[in-house]
Amino acid sequence: MKRSIVCRCEDISEEDVIQAIEEGYTDIEELRKKLRIGMGPCQGRVCIQLVARILERKTGKKISKIPLPTVRPPLVPVSLGTLACENDEKEI
Amino acid sequence: MKRKSDVVIIGGGVNGCSIAYNLAKKGLDVVLFEKNYLAAGATGACGAGIRQQWSTRENALLAIQSVKIFERLNRILGQDIEFRQGGYLIAVHDSQGMEQAKKNVTMQRSLGLKVNILQPEEIPKVAAILDVNGMRVIGATFCPTDGHANPFKTTFAYAHAARNYGAEINTHTSVVGLKVAGKAIRTVVTDKGTIHTDVVVNAAGIDSKEIAKMAKVNLPLKPFRKEIMATERLAPLFEAMVISFKDGIYFSQQKEGQIVGGIPIPEETEGYKTMPTFAFLQHMSQTLTRYAPVLKHVNLLRHWTGFYDVTPDARPILGVVKDVKGFIQCNGFSGHGFMISPMVSKLLTDLIAEGKTSEVLESLSLDRFKGKVTEKELSVVG
Repeated sequence: MKRSIVCRCEDISEEDVIQAIEEGYTDIEELRKKLRIGMGPCQGRVCIQLVARILERKTGKKISKIPLPTVRPPLVPVSLGTLACENDEKEI
Repeated sequence: MKRKSDVVIIGGGVNGCSIAYNLAKKGLDVVLFEKNYLAAGATGACGAGIRQQWSTRENALLAIQSVKIFERLNRILGQDIEFRQGGYLIAVHDSQGMEQAKKNVTMQRSLGLKVNILQPEEIPKVAAILDVNGMRVIGATFCPTDGHANPFKTTFAYAHAARNYGAEINTHTSVVGLKVAGKAIRTVVTDKGTIHTDVVVNAAGIDSKEIAKMAKVNLPLKPFRKEIMATERLAPLFEAMVISFKDGIYFSQQKEGQIVGGIPIPEETEGYKTMPTFAFLQHMSQTLTRYAPVLKHVNLLRHWTGFYDVTPDARPILGVVKDVKGFIQCNGFSGHGFMISPMVSKLLTDLIAEGKTSEVLESLSLDRFKGKVTEKELSVVG
């Protein structure tokens, strides 16, 4: 079956998003928590705008009125070993 | 929105939604208000753990009975809440800690809980990634029936089932006033209209204090920012939640493979703070890689904050208040509201629907703080 992938990190398709909206998850944060969109390594860079657009299409709510999820640090993945370093010289 | 109902619940977290479900199932007319989206507060920010190993009898009882409900919840609610029982391993670091651990285990066993004291060499058998030397332990306690569930999915499943029984759940609706007359709750005022009711359940998490003020009730709640992080997904490495009361750390691997965990930063003080700190990232990564050195190669993806609504004895405030009839409290969970929600909602439902009280509700009422010294819950992490 052909699937249009919306979230590459979590392998979520447009059909998955539409189904969740039809089940009543009409808030982008609820969709995020239900489907894990935006929780992978890209942290929503790829999927959130697409999901907002699907939400606009399905609910009629203007995209400018759809609040985006909170951006959570760090902006890119960082290894625990790097974060645990006290200074630059220590080997990780 | 309805103009009249039997019960109004304030707060769309796991406790609010599970009370809505239980009351609606009993045939009561229920309306719930959530100012944001469902599970937007402490429920959605929590560490997903379900633990029965507590120091106070009430918490242990509530948790043991809640696990019995969690075990059947998929079937009851008709949705997968991802409940898994991988156990909780509690690290013990010194003789003082071991003395308290033995006391706790004796009490927990008297309630029928299967819980063991482990020697250091037994710890890697529970979770092979752990480094006993790095953990600086002299032993541990382990309860195999402790575990996890998905807090979002649990809340959504309760809300869904509540709606099926006729409950009205209104998200993005704020309660702005409570009207009390003749020492009883009469009306709830929201930003989208007013509703008449005789019973209001205050399950608003850290905002419960502000809600109570609207009825001139003072709750001894203090907000504490708690930080938590998630790593990238990994193949299954370990099943147990690992925690330490001394270091304050907790971490576990979730169903999808990410490691989720938290630790309090050393200089944290109370307050309505929501900014994540770099101090947390450093303290968490240093402690986590000391416990499980192999994790130094693993990427941290994100880090967020939530609140503990902390009471003076770190135990919840449940049930009636003396001065306002019909004003039911369900707050002050001090960091463990998710794991005891099935039993808390059952007890409060029995109270609201049938007027039945219980030993646990009596001992956890707001009244306990009036001039008395209460037993403090010691087994707190995060």
